[in-house]
Amino acid sequence: MRIAKIQASFRRYPYAWQIGLIILAILLPLPLGDYYRTVAWRTGVYIMLGLSLNIIVGYAGLFQLGHAAFYALGAYTAAIMNLKLGIPLLLTFPFSILIAAVFGYLITRPILHLRGDYLAIVTIAFGEVVRLALVNNIFGITGGANGLSGIDRPNLFGLELRQPIYHYYLMLVFLIFTIFAIRRLENSRLGRAWMYVREDEAAAEAMGIDTTRVKLMAFILGSGWAGLCGALYAAKLTVISPDLSRFLESVVMFSIVVLGGTGSIPGVVVGTLGMVTLPEMFRPLKDWRDAWMGIAMVVMMIARPEGLWPSRRVRLEIRGDQEEANPIPAANS
Amino acid sequence: MQLIQQLINGITIGSFYALVALGYTMVYGVLKMINFAHGDLFMWGAYLGLASLTFIVGIFTNGSPWMIIPVVIIVALTVALAGVLVERVAYRPLRTAGRLAPIISALGVAFILESLARNVFGASWKTYPTGVVPTGGIQITPEVRVSTMQLSVLVVSFILMAGLYLFIQRTRTGTAMRAVSQDPGVSRLMGIDVNQIISRVFLIGPGLGGIAGLIVALYYGSFDFTLGWTFGLKAFIAAILGGIGNIPGAMIGGMLLGVIETLASGYISPQWKDVIAYVILIIILVFRPTGILGERVAEKV
Repeated sequence: MRIAKIQASFRRYPYAWQIGLIILAILLPLPLGDYYRTVAWRTGVYIMLGLSLNIIVGYAGLFQLGHAAFYALGAYTAAIMNLKLGIPLLLTFPFSILIAAVFGYLITRPILHLRGDYLAIVTIAFGEVVRLALVNNIFGITGGANGLSGIDRPNLFGLELRQPIYHYYLMLVFLIFTIFAIRRLENSRLGRAWMYVREDEAAAEAMGIDTTRVKLMAFILGSGWAGLCGALYAAKLTVISPDLSRFLESVVMFSIVVLGGTGSIPGVVVGTLGMVTLPEMFRPLKDWRDAWMGIAMVVMMIARPEGLWPSRRVRLEIRGDQEEANPIPAANS
Repeated sequence: MQLIQQLINGITIGSFYALVALGYTMVYGVLKMINFAHGDLFMWGAYLGLASLTFIVGIFTNGSPWMIIPVVIIVALTVALAGVLVERVAYRPLRTAGRLAPIISALGVAFILESLARNVFGASWKTYPTGVVPTGGIQITPEVRVSTMQLSVLVVSFILMAGLYLFIQRTRTGTAMRAVSQDPGVSRLMGIDVNQIISRVFLIGPGLGGIAGLIVALYYGSFDFTLGWTFGLKAFIAAILGGIGNIPGAMIGGMLLGVIETLASGYISPQWKDVIAYVILIIILVFRPTGILGERVAEKV
């Protein structure tokens, strides 16, 4: 119940928490070495990936188990535009977002009528198709199984972003923007429509919500955001490979959303700490890391099927009346 | 003539897909969930087969082909028990927990099984001892040839599938399984022990999957720990192709996928054969989500 207490205080003092966390995020890399700065950068990128997938899985309630494909598309767009056309890396970012979003539209448009497990399996297949197309060097521009290397360092007004700490701050700018944008989105007309579709599609349709459009918007926004993360990856690593679209990557993203609590922004942060940051800390476990991750996934789901930090609505759905006897102080209602 | 040869190869591979697809489809039938761990259980069949074969070859050095029979039994039993255990530990507590939690749990089990295999047996490619697999074959025409191995694969899969079909159609347990897959609630009211039936499904599905793992590894001669994922996904495609939840559908879907894949590999490009398999899956789901034989739309919302 300790998490519930933190949640309650979070709801009561939202600004104090937000400002505190932003200051913490700004100060965080200063005492750290380069390795942990990179870990912090990775955590941030995965939080963004988790938030982008959360739009699709958490808000709209659609299964997407091939999200890594859009991450890869973003990274490849940035890399190809930089390497083949010589466009400065930071200027490729909008195109990464655009291409990933366009693919998100094209790919999901025909399969939007599918539900549940069927959608899950089709998205897995799409992820694999993207990976295999990259491996097979489609159009001769993806560099095959080895991927692309020698991508330029991003250059910000003459400052070449080479050190991990620069990349951390670059990521942080986007991350803070993402969190605020998604918070706004959550309570917008579109956000409420997503949740309506998730809860009861037929009722949503009856109330005049264009469910197809709403679901498409979730995929387009989520995919585009994942494309941005891919561009950030290409900018930092300067080397990319088709492995970005591995099923494992998609599973990690999916698990971030579900372990943290679907439809919850703090849940995604907690989920990322569990799925990405913590395993990174346990490098010595190396070979057994996947096994531990698997055990953690099973145990977590049995102990807290609603996730670590669920949105209240999802918790009520899964736990039902169980929690009623133990009410959480509702501050903002 | 080359076409006939391709068809024979395709049907052989298709029968592997069919055997694995049966496990997916049976579990989906009763639980309406994708058992992501099934592919890895299947892969464990290959590893356990290798381990027990090496052990048995060590005892009986005469190298009789019949020593494969105890291996099959050991593999089927072990993998079947593992399947039951997985259901009991990772799936049963989540039956009422919505639709996301079981997926994560199943993926978690898949991670555990894969990591376990990689750490216990090593990440390198494993090769089966030679001399176990029957050599030789029948030359039908100068271009068309059926190897003894292909023939035995086809006979064994046919026996297993026919046996399963009869079991599902004719026995009491089989009838109960069909009842549970139609409506678990009413089945319970009719006096069926639903939990026990689900356990039995997890005994048969992974058991068949384990045997399939052994046969696949024998057929190709070598494998590594990624076998479960690549083969598992395609077998699942086969299950959807035929109509998920439908047992004859899984068999037909498997055969069809095997043939399509071999033809694609032979006439288009081996590099793109997996892509073609996935694209077919997507096309089928877009235009006929129920698959070839599926009647009811599986909509678990």
